[in-house]
Order: sequence, then structure tokens, then C-alpha cells
Amino acid sequence: MDWFDSGWGLTLAIFLPVAGMVVVLAIPKAQEQAIKIVALLTTLATLAAGVGLLVRFDYDDTGDLQFEANKSWIDVIQSRYHIGIDGIALPLLLLSMVVTVACVIYSWDHFPAPHNPKGFLALTLLLETGMNGTFAAQDLILFFIFFELVLLPMFFMIGVWGGPNRVYASIKFFLFTLFGSALMLLSFLALFFLTEPHTFDIPTLAEAAGEGLVGSTQNLIFLGLFLGFAIKVPMFPFHTWLPDAHTEAPTVGSVILAAVLLKLGTYGFVRIALPVLPQAAEDWAPWIGLLAVIGIIYGALCCLAQRDMKRLIAFSSVAHMGFVMLGIATLTDFGINAAVFGMVAHGLITGMLFFLAGSVQERYNTRELSRLGGLLVQAPRLGWILGFCAMASLGLPGLAGFWGEFPAILSAYEPLEGLPVETFRTFMVFAAIGTVLAAGYLLWMFQRVAFGEPKPEFESAHIHDVHAPEWIAWTPLLLLIVALGVYPNLLFKITDGAVTGVADGVAKAIGG
Amino acid sequence: MLRNAWLIPLLPALSFVAILLVGKRLPRRGAELGVGAVGASFVLACVAAWQWIDRVEGATGKSEGLRAFGKGVLGGEGGEGGEHAEVAVAPVTRGFTWWQNGNVEFNVGIAIDGLTVMMLFVVTLVSFLVHVYSTSYMEGDRRFTHFYALLSLFTASMLLLVVADNTIQLLVGWELVGLCSFVLIGHWWEEKPNADAAVKAFLTTRVGDVGLMIGIIVLFFAAGTFDIQAINAQAVEGEIGHTLLVVASACLLGGIIGKSGQFPLHTWLPDAMAGPTPVSALIHAATMVVAGVYLGARLYPVFFEGFSIDGGTINVMALIGGTTIIIGAALAFVQNDIKKVLAYSTISQLGYMVMGLGVGAWVAAVFHLFTHAFFKALLFLGAGSVSHSGSHHSFDMKADMGGLRKFMPVTFWTFMIGSLALAGIIPFAGFWSKDEILATAGQNEFTFFLVVGLVGAFMTAAYMTRCVYLTFFGEYRGHGEPHESPRAITVPLIVLAGFSVLAGLVNASALEIEKFKEWVEPTVAFPALEHPEFELAGAALALAVALLGILVSYAYWFRNLGPHGITARNPLARAGYTFLENKYYLDALYENVIVGSIKGAIARASYWTNQRVIDGAVNGVATGAAQVGRFAYDVLDQKAVDGAVNGLAVSTGQTGGLLRYVQSGRVQRYALMLFASVALLSLALFVFSN
Repeated sequence: MDWFDSGWGLTLAIFLPVAGMVVVLAIPKAQEQAIKIVALLTTLATLAAGVGLLVRFDYDDTGDLQFEANKSWIDVIQSRYHIGIDGIALPLLLLSMVVTVACVIYSWDHFPAPHNPKGFLALTLLLETGMNGTFAAQDLILFFIFFELVLLPMFFMIGVWGGPNRVYASIKFFLFTLFGSALMLLSFLALFFLTEPHTFDIPTLAEAAGEGLVGSTQNLIFLGLFLGFAIKVPMFPFHTWLPDAHTEAPTVGSVILAAVLLKLGTYGFVRIALPVLPQAAEDWAPWIGLLAVIGIIYGALCCLAQRDMKRLIAFSSVAHMGFVMLGIATLTDFGINAAVFGMVAHGLITGMLFFLAGSVQERYNTRELSRLGGLLVQAPRLGWILGFCAMASLGLPGLAGFWGEFPAILSAYEPLEGLPVETFRTFMVFAAIGTVLAAGYLLWMFQRVAFGEPKPEFESAHIHDVHAPEWIAWTPLLLLIVALGVYPNLLFKITDGAVTGVADGVAKAIGG
Repeated sequence: MLRNAWLIPLLPALSFVAILLVGKRLPRRGAELGVGAVGASFVLACVAAWQWIDRVEGATGKSEGLRAFGKGVLGGEGGEGGEHAEVAVAPVTRGFTWWQNGNVEFNVGIAIDGLTVMMLFVVTLVSFLVHVYSTSYMEGDRRFTHFYALLSLFTASMLLLVVADNTIQLLVGWELVGLCSFVLIGHWWEEKPNADAAVKAFLTTRVGDVGLMIGIIVLFFAAGTFDIQAINAQAVEGEIGHTLLVVASACLLGGIIGKSGQFPLHTWLPDAMAGPTPVSALIHAATMVVAGVYLGARLYPVFFEGFSIDGGTINVMALIGGTTIIIGAALAFVQNDIKKVLAYSTISQLGYMVMGLGVGAWVAAVFHLFTHAFFKALLFLGAGSVSHSGSHHSFDMKADMGGLRKFMPVTFWTFMIGSLALAGIIPFAGFWSKDEILATAGQNEFTFFLVVGLVGAFMTAAYMTRCVYLTFFGEYRGHGEPHESPRAITVPLIVLAGFSVLAGLVNASALEIEKFKEWVEPTVAFPALEHPEFELAGAALALAVALLGILVSYAYWFRNLGPHGITARNPLARAGYTFLENKYYLDALYENVIVGSIKGAIARASYWTNQRVIDGAVNGVATGAAQVGRFAYDVLDQKAVDGAVNGLAVSTGQTGGLLRYVQSGRVQRYALMLFASVALLSLALFVFSN
């Protein structure tokens, strides 16, 4: 298995989907069954590679890059094909794989209009390569390319398979994120030119930790990175593309968007922004914390004003990602661990919520909260799964969401030395209040959708309960939500070493 | 067994899963699994209790001489020793790594001591009886299996909370019982009021949980651990700064207020009566609502130091508890729904416990928790029995009850026993525990709270007399055919009645029995508390006040004496009655003003800002960029474009080409603009930084 450990395993995990996409594209459009099977097998094979990584991962050494490959690539700009994963990247990589498999299974027999499974699945596979690649990339240019690679398929997914307002939403999504990416690229270039020797290598840059850069330059570069990542997260006030994109996107698009794409932003902070520019991170941290907390409260308040179930869940992402960013803003190992846990938990839980919103819409042809009701009467299993996910989302201890939320709040009590303690403690209180609001909008949503009797217009409608593809797609996610909630060390054990490494690096750079 | 006490919560947890998976296919539709598992847990809890008592007695026996010597030494400064050091019986603990963060490992585990064992006994006993009772009470319910699954989950969560050796695990159990409470209150969720009550209960307690969470966080940073034993030890030793303890105890008190129905967050508890009656008995009387009191007792050193209970005459904890006693009892007078009377009574009695903790009466408060669990569960189950077989599923005392003592003798007599215990009449359980709270309050010079407690005792006796009169005396006003309930219902009533008579005797200070104190009071990491000597005068006063309450109420209801109809004649009395009927307008304040404005105006304003201001700016930028782009295309692009831009344009052009496939091509122009600006800016930065 030497070949597997020496980079080929990870390379497979990244590029298998794109190979599958080529095969899918080669199959005539009419042979839908063949296309679906190829797509499913591809995602399963990718997941198998992921499981291989999981099994062969050295858990005693999660802070070091494993399955590394470092080959020359674009020599002109000294950009190299450098990939590898540590304890932070591994869970996110697997999250991306599991969610993609779930998405392919879920869409098995209901592709949204205009149907066309070939195009849809090809885009899904391309997306997976982009996502997996981003989590594995250790070179800024490589990272950038993968980061941008996800834009196109998602743009088409929303633009072609989306809802009535899809054109506006897709362009907004594309431009907004592209705007951020442009500034991010600018910062990458600045990093390249301003460090000696010129390099795009992330570990090398993290090792240097901004040495030789003047404070003001660091801050400027960080601003570029911040905008690039914050838009993706999305943080208040750069979030307005998200509700539109989610509302219009097809179910699978929403799931991938919420479960994985948002994590690219937070992951960027942990992987690049913090280690590479620790001093700037320290300067910016209170502001990031402030925006995070505003996001928590503001996102929750906007949720309370929603009439559309899917849009409500979309806004809840703004609030939940606020907890993740608050954890990151503390710059402590406690906070960053919480953030990584929060990313995975949010991916599973909100991914599930979008699946459920899609299934509700498919059955009732509406997502208007005022028209829904009595789901528990007509489809009890679907209703209880919705209740379960709502509980998980509001951070019920014993389910995954809690372990991202509570430690993040906790970490704000004592941020990294040098950060304003009182400010962060104020953040902590507001974040804790945010959990009440979260319980409010989720329970009211659940009450309106699931409790009571069905509305007269749907009284005689035949609403079928959860069917086979849904069960198969959802069961792994639901089990993971429980497993991570009951025994959180499943994840903390993996992330802790790597996170401690990052946090120590930041602390050392600031202290020295 | 003490080391294996984790089995006690595990059994109901397994039965929860089993009922979910196969419950519907079993002959009794899952009830047998629940009854069996909780029954087994009860047996294990008894074994654990017996072993703990054995342990304590063993330790006490060995140091009898020292103990006698130590008695009366009240040194608050730990170092003196006193009786605590000599008979120290440490909790039995066991755990394993649950999660790690920053290279620190945190455990999940059990810590078993007298308090835990007492709770295990109470929870499993009441839960077992409720399980048995429900086989009949819930028979034919539309979601019978579902009900049993949740009862099991609740029992498991409550036991998890009780055995927790760290605050995080306690929080997990705490929230899980809240979840079960939510689902069980909303058991009949087809009707909107039930669903509303469920949501209200969850949200209101969640408000208090903000305090709990922050309190746990503060304690973690103050003590460097989540371990309850270690936190307590540090608090007692004075290793935690006083300010931190004040903040932590104030925050934790928020959690207690939410969970244990204390003023001003008590409003969810009466609404919670929308759930099935066995649920009210188990969750909203005997177990879950006392979780707050349990938290106070468990982390008592924190509160003791934080609120400076030692030597003070007033503190927030006692004040909250005292207020709750009175406001709860007052509302119990104006209810026509028998369950609501009992709910307000529960609020009031929980007030006694919290006040007890606040005045330094730890043993008494915990003892009251113990006795109250039996007689209040008994009263609720009795009310359930009445509605099940006597009043045709109604809980309205005035409309559908009356005169039931003739038809339901077992229910009547057990209910009477429960009422006397609650009213604090000797020799029933409530007398001993309530008297001890009052005695300690008096002895510790919390005179004000002693008076509050006496007033509360008077009110309690009076409203229970009213309740008993309306339910069991007078003429039958219902429309059914009242009859006694089946054995599955009456047997639990009889068992609980037995406990309501006898439970007080384990700590009957008048008889110089202090077993409860010896077994339950922690001897490690615990402040040195004073225990009152029995005082005949005090006990007689408390008893007299309670008897007076019964007498006055008896005269009013049974003998028709007193100012009947005063609310119709006197505007002041009418205003007072309306004030009570509207529950001090707290619900109106919370639901209409606070929740209403957040859900309504504030949420809408936020969303308006989102759509108009923030998104408006975004759209404005986009429109502006489009115009700039048009200008650039018309003027610049048609003429001279410099090389750098051209180079980039090729690549963007390809992207744009793809996009034009779907879109008009405006994206391409934006992209071109963006990349051009990136190129220019990077050039600028490069020049600038050199």
C-alpha cells in the first residue's frame, strides 16, 4: 500500500470524480440508468478511497500532513502539485464524500426540472473534485483553482435546475463569490511576491508565519483573504447571496452548498489565513468575532421573519456559521477545535434539513410555512426526522450540533492572550442568547410544519412517507449526527492534534 | 453496584431503542419493555442505595468516638476538621475519556454519593410506578408505543443527569430531559394549545439555560475543570475568587429558575399540564422540575460561597425561592383545573426547596425534594385517576367533579394522604421536611424567610382543602358514571401513599432520627453546615399554621362561612381576583410584549434591513458595475486594451463563453472587470511594497 500512502490515495480521492464525469459525459443522454450507475459507483469508489485514507491515517500524528504528494507543476511561478491532509482536513474531506454519495442517491428518481440526469450528475461529480481538492491542497494556486472549480458547477446547477428566480440567484452567487476570490487571489499573489524565497507552498508560508512582512502589509493581505473566505462562509454582512442561492437552488444543490461549500470559507481561515498571517489575525480577530456574533443574532432574527421553510434554513446557516467563526476568532485551540467540529456538524445537520425541505416541497409543492401543517399526521417518519434534525440544529446536547456550539461559546470566555477579554466575553453572552433564538425559530418551524392537522387544501392529498432512496441517503447522515453527539471524541481526537499545531503556531508568532 | 451504577441509566436507554425498533410488534405494544427496564433499574438503584448506606454506616461506626467529639465543632475553615473530616465518605467515581480539546481530556463518568443514590431511588421508583400506571391510563392511546419510548428516554436522561460527575454531562442530561418534556407535553400535538405549551416549556427553560451554560463556562475557567467534585472542593477551600463564584452562582441560578419553575420563569409549568397526567406526575412534579434543585444541591459549595449564605440574612436564591412560594400558592387558589392547582402547588413547593438551599438548609431542602416527589406524584396520579374513571377525562373541578369520595374510595383516601402530606400535617412526610426548612431558616437567622415559609404553609393547607372539597365532597356535578380505577392505577397510588406517610420518618428530628442527613449529606468537599435541633415551639407553630389554613378553608367551603361573592361586590377584591386570574399578567408580558416584538417587529425590521439595506447595497454595486462595464466595453474595449488585460481576457473569455451558453454574457464582462482590477491592484501593491 505504499503507493496509496505516498500521495496516490489522496490523488485518487480528488480526481476519481472527474474521471467518472468523463465517463458520464461519454454515455449517450438517453441511457439514464447507466449514467446514474456510473455516477453512483464513482462517488462510492471515491468514498472507498476516503475510507482507505481514514483507515490508514496515523492518529497519533494528526498534526502532520499525511498522504502527501509534492510534485513540480507550474515551474514558472513555482507552483507545485502539493497535496496532503492533516486532522483538520480529513473530517471535512470525508464529509464532502459522504454528502456527495447521499446526494447522488437522493436524486436517483427525482431530478428537478428540466430533468437531464447526465448534466446534473456530471456537475455533481465535478463539484466533488473541486471540494475534495480544496481540502487537500497545500499550494495556494492549487487551492485557488479547486476553490474556484466549485463555482461553475454550482452556478449551472442553480441557473439550470433552480427555482423561478434562478437567473438572478445564480449570477448573484457567482459574482459575489468571484469578487471575494479575486481579492483572495490578490492576497495570494502578494504573499508570493513579498516572501523570500517566493513560494505558494502553504506549509512553508505557515512556517514563516508572516515573518518579514510589515504589520500594515500583513493586515492588507489578511483583508483580501478575509473577504475571500468571509463571503464564502458567509459572514454578516456578506451573506446576502446565500438565502437567494439556497432558495432557488435544487435540493441537492442546496445540500452541497450548505454542507460543504460554506466550509471552504471557514476552512480557508483555519488552513491559510490564521497560520500564514498570525499577527494580522490577531489584529482582525475582534472584528471577526464581532461580525460572527452579529451574524448569530441577526441570522436568527431574520429566520424568525421567514415564511419560506427553505429560506429559513438558509438564514439559520448564517447564524450557525457565526458560532464557527466565533470559535476561530478566539485563535485558541479550544475555539478552533469547536469550529472544526461545528463545520462537520453543520454540514451533516443543515445538509439534512435541506434534504427535508426538498422532500417536503416535493410532496406538497410548496414551502410556505403558512400552508404546511400536520406533517406528522400524513408522513410521521418524515415529520420525526424533521424534528430530530431541528433538535440537532438547535444544539441539543447528545447530538452533533452541541459540540460545535457549546465549546465555541466557551472558548470566547478566554480568547488568546492579547485579545480583548471583556469584548470576547460580551460576545460569549450574545452567542449564548443566540441559542435561545435558534431554539425559537427551529421549534416554531417544526411546530408549523409538523404539528397540528393538515391544512384543508392537502387533507386528501396522498403524501407518501420516507421512501427507499431517501432512507438510504439519509441514514448515514442521521447516524453520524447521533454518533458524533454521543461520543464527540470520534472527531475531537482527529482534529485536536492538528488544531493545537495551528493554535500553537499562532500563539508563538504573536508572542515572539 | 456503586461502581456499576452506569447500568441504571443504561437500561432505560436500551429500552428506548428497543421500543422504537420493535415496540409496536409486541403484545403489550412496548409497555412491557419499559416497565421491565425501569423495574430492573429500580432494583439496581435499591442495591446501590443499600451499598451506599452500608458504606456510610461502616465509616461512621469506625469513628463513632471521634464523631461524638467532633459534634458541635462548627469550624467553617475546613482546617479545623470537625465531624466532616472524620467520617469522610468519598463518592464512588468512574469514567473514561469523552472528548479532548487542546490536548486536555475530558471525562464522561459517574460519581455516586448519598445525594445521587437518593435521586436514583426516587427517579426509578416514581418512574416505575408511572410506567405501571400508564399501562391502564394510556390504554388505547393513539401513540401508546411512542409514549412508552419517550418515558424510557426520559428516565434514562434523568438518571444520566443524576449520576453525572461533570457539569457538561449534567448539561447533556438536563437538555435531554427538556427534550422529552417537550415531546411529552406535546403528546397530543394535533391540538394547537398542546403544541404551544410544548414549545413554550422548551423555550422558557432554554432562557434559563443561557445562565446555566455561562455558569458552567465560568466555573470551568475558574476551577480549570468540569469535574463537579473538584469544583466543589476548590469552592470550599476558597481557591476560586469570590467574584467568579458570585457570577457563576448567579448564572447557574438562572438555570435553576428556568428548570425548577421559579419566579419569574415559572409560567411554562402550568401550561405543561397539557401533557398526559402520568407525564405531569413524573416529569413536572417528581423528577425533571427538581433537576434545578438538584443542581443547586450538587454544586452547593459554589452557591454557598457565591451567595455568602453563611452568616447572611438575605440572598437572591432565598429571595427567588421565597417569592415563588407565595406567588405560586396564591395562584393555586384561583384554578378550577385540578392539575393546574397541583402545578402551582409544585411551583410553590419548589420554591421551598430553593429557599431552603438559600438559607443554608441543605439537608432540609433535599429532604423536601425527597418527600415531595412521593406525595406530589401521588396527587397527580390521583387527579389522573379521577379524570380517568370519575370525571370523563375532564380536569375541571367545578364542572365535572364533586362528591367523588363515595365512588372512588381508594383514590379518595390516597389523595387525602397526599394532601395532608403536602399541607404539612404531622406525621405525614411533608411535615418533617417542611418543618426542617423552617427550623433551619429560623436558626440561621433568616427570619424573613421563616415568616414567608409559614405564610406559604398556611396557603398550602388552605388551597389543598379547597381542592379536596371541590373534587371529592359536595354533589357530583359530572355527566359520567364515576367508578374506582383499575388496579394498575390504584396500586401505584397505594404505594406512593405509603411513602407519603413513612418517608418523613427517615429524618424525623423530633424522634432524633437523622438517618437521611447521615446518608445523604456529602462529607467531602462540602461546607460545614449547622443542623437545627428540634424545637417543639417551632414545629408546633408550623403545624398550627397549617391546621389554621385547613380550618379557614374548611369553614369557607364546607360550612359556607366567610365572604362568599366578595369579588362580585367589592371592586378591590375583584381587581385582585382578576390580577390573579391573569397570572400577574406575566404571560401577557412574555408572550405578547417580549416574544411578540422579537418575532414580529424586530425580526421583520432585521429582515427589512437585510433585503433593503444590505442586499440593496449589493444590488446597487452590481448595477453600478454593469454600467461601468458597459462603458468599458463601449469605450475602452472597442479601442485599445493593454496586453496584460488581454492576456487575462483570453482565459476569462473561455469561462464567459461557457456562461453565455446559459446567460446573456454579462457575467463575462463582470469577470473581465474583476480580473482586470485584480491585475492592476496586484501590480499596484507590488510597486507600493517595494
